[in-house]
Amino acid sequence: MENLKNEMKLEFLSKSANESFARVTIAAFAAQLDPTIEELADIKTSVSEAVTNAIVHAYSGSEGIIKIHSRLYENLIEIEVIDTGVGIENIEEAKTPLFTTKGSLERSGMGFTIMESFMDELKVESVVGLGTKIYMKKKIKSSGKELSL
Amino acid sequence: MKVEHFVEERILKILITEEIDHHTSSKIRTRMDYEILRFRPKKVIIDLKNVKFMDSAGVGLMIGRYKSVKSCGGNLEIENANSKLMKIFEMSGLPKIIEFRNTSELQGFSNEIESILI
Ligand SMILES: Nc1ncnc2c1ncn2[C@@H]1O[C@H](COP(=O)(O)OP(=O)(O)OP(=O)(O)O)[C@@H](O)[C@H]1O
Ligand SMILES: [Mg+2]
Repeated sequence: MENLKNEMKLEFLSKSANESFARVTIAAFAAQLDPTIEELADIKTSVSEAVTNAIVHAYSGSEGIIKIHSRLYENLIEIEVIDTGVGIENIEEAKTPLFTTKGSLERSGMGFTIMESFMDELKVESVVGLGTKIYMKKKIKSSGKELSL
Repeated sequence: MKVEHFVEERILKILITEEIDHHTSSKIRTRMDYEILRFRPKKVIIDLKNVKFMDSAGVGLMIGRYKSVKSCGGNLEIENANSKLMKIFEMSGLPKIIEFRNTSELQGFSNEIESILI
């Protein structure tokens, strides 16, 4: 792995008002890599999806702790979103486009599909009853601008 | 959110001005369904030109409004979603059932607008 440039950890309650807090915070952190507007938007949307899933599914309205852990490398960001909620029984099924267990609440089952297509890598680890860890990685192509001068 | 009623044409135009996520969508949904049920429009146009952020909650929100407009016998159209929003809508397949366009159909109606700001 390349040289670690920066690292941060964030911990907050599973309140829906924190969805925008989380994505704006991660965007401010990722901005250190000088991403394009498009790359930054992809990161914000993916974090919003992972955090919303923790609020809606892992804790389904009850109060829990959500942790975000992020690392910046030369041209790469790694983000983990961790909850200690109900966990996912069948991860492959959960990742299927349009699959949702909350269709009655107007969920569309697009969250994992968005994370997978907007980030370069998505890994899901989950244990029923213990919780879920989402790992995402994205290459920031625009960094290293100075080199091309 | 801003709502305009075109009374004669029975068209309801909704301008969404906030970011659309799980947190904001319940309030937007309640307000839109209130207007749709009250007005029973022939056509509902949702203008997204001021929406700077949307995640999958926006897809659920639009599918839900499509259903409530249909159940009143009307039709739903979506205008001016930026390229980031369109990327998400395209992934969901929504453009196959709802008309998306990048123009405003109702320019020139402005003197007939009954406008409510919330
Ligand atoms: N952190 C989590 N804890 C427990 N279950 C989860 C978690 N994240 C996702 N899931 C499960 O995976 C399914 C798919 O998630 P995904 O984000 O793709 O769709 P959704 O949240 O149901 O709908 P949308 O994201 O479009 O609003 C969920 O319906 C839920 O059952
Ligand atoms: Mg989701």
